[in-house]
Amino acid sequence: MNRAAVLGTGQTEHRTRRTDVSMAGLCREAIDRALADAGTDWSDVDAVVLGKAPDLFEGVMMPELFLADALGATGRPLLRVHTAGSVGGSTAIVASQLVQAGVHRRVLAVAFEKQSESNAMWALSIQPPFTMPVGAGAGGYFAPHIRSYIRRSGAPPHVGAMVAVKDRRNGALNPYAHLRQPDITLESVNASPMLWDPIRYDETCPSSDGACAIVIGDEAAAEASDRQVAWIHATAMRTEPTYFAGKDHVNPRAGYEASRALWRAAGIIDPLEQIDAAEIYVPFSWFEPMWLENLGFAAPGEGWKLTEAGETGIDGALPVNPSGGVMCSNPIGASGLLRFAEAAMQVMGRAGEHQVEGARTALGHAYGGGSQFFAMWVVGTAPV
Amino acid sequence: MEIGFDYTRSLGPVLSRFMTALAERRILGCRGSDGRVHAPPLEYDPVTYAPLTELVEVGPAGTVVTWTWLDRPLDGQPLDRPFGWALIRLDGADTAMLHAVDAGTKDQMRTGMRVQVRWAPEPVGHIRDVACFEPIGGAAPASPRSGVDPVTMVTTPIHLRYRHTTSIEESRYLRGLAEGKLIGQRCPACGKVYVPPRGACPTCGVPTVDDVELPDRGTVTTFCVVNVPFPGQRIPPPYVVAYVLLDGADIPMQHLILGCRPDEVRMGMRVAAVWRPREQWGTTPQNIDHFQPSGEPDAPFDSYAQHL
Amino acid sequence: MIDVAVVGFAQSPCLPSAGTTSGVELLVPVFQEVLASTGLAKQDIDFWCSGSSDYLAGRAFSFVNAVDAIGAYPPVAESHVEMDAAWALYEAYVKLLTGEARTALVYGFGKSSAGQLRRVLALQLDPYLHAPLWPDSVSIAALQARAGLDAGRYTEREMAEVAARSRTAALGNPKAQVSGTDTADDLLAAPYVADPLRAHDCAPVGDGAAAVVLAAGDEARRLRARPAWITGFAHNVDSPALGVRDLTSVPSASAAATAAGLRGDEVDAVELHAPFSHQEILLATALGLGDAVRVNPSGGVLCGNPMFSAGLSRIGLAAEHVMSGRADRVAGHATSGPALQQNLVCVMEGA
Repeated sequence: MNRAAVLGTGQTEHRTRRTDVSMAGLCREAIDRALADAGTDWSDVDAVVLGKAPDLFEGVMMPELFLADALGATGRPLLRVHTAGSVGGSTAIVASQLVQAGVHRRVLAVAFEKQSESNAMWALSIQPPFTMPVGAGAGGYFAPHIRSYIRRSGAPPHVGAMVAVKDRRNGALNPYAHLRQPDITLESVNASPMLWDPIRYDETCPSSDGACAIVIGDEAAAEASDRQVAWIHATAMRTEPTYFAGKDHVNPRAGYEASRALWRAAGIIDPLEQIDAAEIYVPFSWFEPMWLENLGFAAPGEGWKLTEAGETGIDGALPVNPSGGVMCSNPIGASGLLRFAEAAMQVMGRAGEHQVEGARTALGHAYGGGSQFFAMWVVGTAPV
Repeated sequence: MEIGFDYTRSLGPVLSRFMTALAERRILGCRGSDGRVHAPPLEYDPVTYAPLTELVEVGPAGTVVTWTWLDRPLDGQPLDRPFGWALIRLDGADTAMLHAVDAGTKDQMRTGMRVQVRWAPEPVGHIRDVACFEPIGGAAPASPRSGVDPVTMVTTPIHLRYRHTTSIEESRYLRGLAEGKLIGQRCPACGKVYVPPRGACPTCGVPTVDDVELPDRGTVTTFCVVNVPFPGQRIPPPYVVAYVLLDGADIPMQHLILGCRPDEVRMGMRVAAVWRPREQWGTTPQNIDHFQPSGEPDAPFDSYAQHL
Repeated sequence: MIDVAVVGFAQSPCLPSAGTTSGVELLVPVFQEVLASTGLAKQDIDFWCSGSSDYLAGRAFSFVNAVDAIGAYPPVAESHVEMDAAWALYEAYVKLLTGEARTALVYGFGKSSAGQLRRVLALQLDPYLHAPLWPDSVSIAALQARAGLDAGRYTEREMAEVAARSRTAALGNPKAQVSGTDTADDLLAAPYVADPLRAHDCAPVGDGAAAVVLAAGDEARRLRARPAWITGFAHNVDSPALGVRDLTSVPSASAAATAAGLRGDEVDAVELHAPFSHQEILLATALGLGDAVRVNPSGGVLCGNPMFSAGLSRIGLAAEHVMSGRADRVAGHATSGPALQQNLVCVMEGA
């Protein structure tokens, strides 16, 4: 398998409504920044991969078709990936495999969501007429599983609020973040309304318009770059069914197996020791401790202890979501690619105010559906 | 069932100027990287991918480049009587625009025919401000107007109808419900009991087959309290949505828990179904209105820990 | 360099209405058939990849339920494209080229009959300028068909001859939705649906599913006496601007054919994904097919076009010619988008 590296990344200013741009303009804001960051122009791009969550969000069937000119894909190969919430991660992986397989030298991966075109709660509530409409809403799917986690782990109730405070303060260091709240406190989170008990308002992600793009190149392209690149050490994807007898929503086996395959392929024996920064898909604050366990950073039931001890802060043993993560910006289709791009930015030393000191190896992680689709990668300052 | 939403689309600078011009009864094109004029405008050039920002006005009349004829228009199309679709190269443009032509009868349509815009009575800044095109010959198009506020958004209603069908297993379940029964099925490979039954056992990939009639009572495995109002809710918050593991089933079902205060619901609570009045029953899961506490002692955690 | 081959193919019958929007009912028997034909069990599949559309199913995340048909527990390595499954096959092919997987099962499914397909496909057009007018997919194809007629690329009779030949060929295809012995004269007597297209010029609306198994190197040789080795596989896309494109040529198909190394005078048989009769003629030109090439021996998608699996099936059908020894060198083609906007070509050989 050929080596591949992230040459450059770009993202939009994420907002509730980006009414200043069209869908094409939104994508290009991220793409133009990624090409500039990579020192690449259109003539160097061999193929384009677009990731996006459900087409019903924007009311366009296969929007990559009408966006082909804006994506710089006309006259080139264009792929459209859709793996639910994990799609941004899958998009990066598909793009990197085009390089690793030796098919292309440089591939542009783009992901976007313009949630303000419709209403995600509406789009996700559409079910065939034979199922029971219980009216749980977006958080209602995940809140019961968070309750299970709290019961199983014995985590104290303030852990969710601690994650929210950390991520929102990190977001204040990230100029692209949608929510930037430098003054948020445990007290203010705990005073926010209880939406889906046990999830409070400040413990949920926003709904955002936004896009992200990265340029992935082969070894020659990486070596020709005069800036630091992010070498792709390993990628992994795993899927399990949404809902089956014996499904463990707290510690899904697909996430567990994907991470173990990832660590093995990246030569990582002790992830807590060897990973310098992690961008983990945390749409509700309680998912931080859950995924720390699922990914093997902590033993089952122990993840909350890392969080509570402050070890996931930007200067902790394992900085988690120094960018502020999904808790600060959630353009759904792009959220996974943002995690992958932010991991790359850390090892490239280009994360600005939220740079983790000395980060050389970083994790990007995404998941989707009913905690069933997992995509992740490890990137590093040096090739493996 | 109908899927419908009025999408709100922000336009960005180029399309915003195009739509604003439509509201003024003018049509703008853009100049491409190669100097050609495209009407309607493109945001990005198809060859160089460069942003195209130089807008130029084109004429209200043009030439049909290709066309077709529809005897039976479909929902949402510009005209509800037989009409032609055409690609029309407007005067001053080098490429063509897709729109409808109100030609009356098909024999009026031909490639190369001259057509002119027919404006909608009240332009608002939307592609449908162009009501359609019509053969040149009648009155000239309405004159441009000025003083229109910039248009930055358009609303696009999208309404589609779908007919959903049930699988054999779902039909079995729904017919059982019409008789007040909960019919699950056992997977022939792993032996797990699924309710509702499945066209494919998710772990084995084979249809569930053997019927298992399940009691209408079970255990709350986990739950949340919905405090947030949102469109489409049946009852005002707060209320409890729980996973209920029916006795004898291997997978819980999501349902409402009523009949007690939300803060009284707990993991392990025993609950029983509350059916709607029999005369309201149909082949629908809604025959069970909700679950309520049965009064039995709580189930121990270990008895449902594998079914969270 | 890793060699990759098609080693198995199965498809459901193309029917006016079948299964549910989840795809599960159609996929379960297709998986059983394709696995049985290769002697593989689901545990032997290293990578799964699928193609389908939420808008076809009328709801978000419609592909998620189809994972049940795999029996994806223990978890599997899996991915999905919101495209015809021919592009999922491409993703899987690339996966095998990396060496991370040695076998892959690729599937597509779609229930076109659930909605009104002509209107649903209008949502593939520009959402600001075109989709609000609801130009249906048949009308868009008709604009292209007339452009070709006006340019002298073909006649209405030649379009009818494509349909007549396809229907006759489909008599030998038990999976076809449409077949018959009508002559071009018979077909030309029918009224227009969207002038110049008559019903026979348009693929029927139907439901279906298909699966292809890929294997690498020795694994392929172990599974099949005569694998269909992929010697070239490429795809490309044209501008969405309908009024800017020259609708009588298909540059993205030509580019894909060139990149895939297709030499139109050296293939024995080609399965083209041409949902409208005139598109077969435009594609034959774009791909530079010689007169001796057998085009659409299955009857093509004019005789059955289950959306999102039909493109994959073109490649599976072409591969069957090699696997059975009926041909040495074949190509499968898939298309997507309005008026042949996006195209894919897969060239396969027996030795």
